[in-house]
Amino acid sequence: MKTIMELKNIDKTYGNITALKQVNLGILEGEVLSILGPNGSGKTTLLRIMACIEKPTSGEMRFNGVKVDQGNINKVRLKTTMVFQKTALFNTSVYKNIAYGLHLREYSKKETDKKVKEALKTVQLEGYEKRPAKKLSGGEQQRVALARALTLDTDVLLLDEPTANIDPKNVSIIEEALTWLGKEKKTTMVIATHNMFQAETLTTRVALLLGGKIAQIGAPKEIFRGPPESLASFARLENVFSGTSRILQEGTSVINVENGVQIEAALRKSGKVTVFVRPEDIILSKKTVASSARNVFKGKIVEISDFGPVVKLKVDAGKEIIVQITKRSFIEMKLNVGSTVFLTFKASSVHLI
Amino acid sequence: MGNEIIDGLIKALQLIFSGDPTVMEISGRSILVSTSATMLSVLWGLPVATILGLKRFRGRFILKGFFNAMLGIPTVALGLFLYLFFSNAGPIGFLHLLYSPPAMIIGQAILITPITVSFITSTIESIDPEIKDLAKTLGASETEASIAVLKESMNGVVLAVTASFNRAIAELGVVLMVGGNIAGFTSVLTTTIALETNKGNIELSIALAIILLLIVSVLSTSINLIQRRKE
Repeated sequence: MKTIMELKNIDKTYGNITALKQVNLGILEGEVLSILGPNGSGKTTLLRIMACIEKPTSGEMRFNGVKVDQGNINKVRLKTTMVFQKTALFNTSVYKNIAYGLHLREYSKKETDKKVKEALKTVQLEGYEKRPAKKLSGGEQQRVALARALTLDTDVLLLDEPTANIDPKNVSIIEEALTWLGKEKKTTMVIATHNMFQAETLTTRVALLLGGKIAQIGAPKEIFRGPPESLASFARLENVFSGTSRILQEGTSVINVENGVQIEAALRKSGKVTVFVRPEDIILSKKTVASSARNVFKGKIVEISDFGPVVKLKVDAGKEIIVQITKRSFIEMKLNVGSTVFLTFKASSVHLI
Repeated sequence: MGNEIIDGLIKALQLIFSGDPTVMEISGRSILVSTSATMLSVLWGLPVATILGLKRFRGRFILKGFFNAMLGIPTVALGLFLYLFFSNAGPIGFLHLLYSPPAMIIGQAILITPITVSFITSTIESIDPEIKDLAKTLGASETEASIAVLKESMNGVVLAVTASFNRAIAELGVVLMVGGNIAGFTSVLTTTIALETNKGNIELSIALAIILLLIVSVLSTSINLIQRRKE
């Protein structure tokens, strides 16, 4: 396969902060490459460099074999486009938002109308042309942003966390559109994500980005078969649970993790999933608390770690769960190793990795 | 005193509705001079504001501070400075601009430039910085991306231009110093109101004051209505 884009020894620093360190990466024609990494690993910076809106501190980028420089940067920009994590839209109609890039490429009115219509069909927003783009819901706005990128038929489509912060229904529509683009239209795509499920199912190759460095690169099967060191490092989060998810009638999902522990999550995913719950999102009590939270577990404190104003407790509730509470609460509740406690957290506090 | 004001008001309305030639001529000149001054300030202020709002360069903070400080410049002080500049002994005295409408236009344009620049700079800065990047990722060049940001800032730009015009037409010091209030040549609404009030010609002063207020309020209301319709 032909290499469309090539990054050679890319470094990017902001003052004393190193965002990218010696990144070497080739994007192959027709592939869907995911850049997988936790927040702050440099994914967005890498995509911004590929989109020619950020200059690397050192290193070079080649597009179709030609070095990108000040003289040809505008031409290269016409061959790539990017969908941002935080949806950016012009304060005008959906039609004018999508048509912007087509006008720059001097498409006729007739061609523009046709392309806008097709793109809106792909993201399931037919008939939305005249609506003010900024008055749509967050998920619909992101679908407009995707439609706007699709109309341009660029050589490379860059997507920065395209489904972050949007509801499950819109996530499925976007994922469906991306699958169609990759499999049917053979669009070359680079998707930055911290969602392992997306990286595994949507893409043909995965690059693990950790601390600004490419730690590992390969087919999803190679990356996700057994936890390699770098993947384990990426998942060095507390309260990470893997299991089989089943969608409930109410729209949430229940995840069966080991030892009969079931976690209810506000997401619509079935099959194998990995989720995490932030220790500070869990309420700890000595008795059951009547609340709307969908997850309540009984367990025993097995370990106490003092972090000054806060204390972290490891609780055995069938699975080990870490809870973070303030030192003051810890003292007032008179907790000790062996104390029986109840852990409560909402289904919406369960995040998909 | 009360009767005097009511009489003045009635006569003023008569002057307006009868289309009094003096009232029409002075009003027309005021609109012409201030519109020209506003256009001139936008012509040189818009590029400056765009650069200040979008680019990051050494000295940007000082330049922004300068325009902000100039917002409060005393009009008489500026008028005096321009008088010396335009007078026969001044550096451009050979152009014989003093006591002419072009001198008034230049004077008002300089006076309102800080408003134009500061307001447009703020409105550009308030636009999501990702808009420029967005335009670029869709294939825009640096200039096309800056135009996209300006388009997004259009409501603020219109507001800045309106505020600049209102300041220009309501201004007295500069036009008096460099225009001289010559009847039939450089007299405008504000200078005539001041002169005629001193002369005791209250009816004409009130008529002109009403017109001045009408111009300012009709313009501002129309802009508001247009912007609301767009939203």
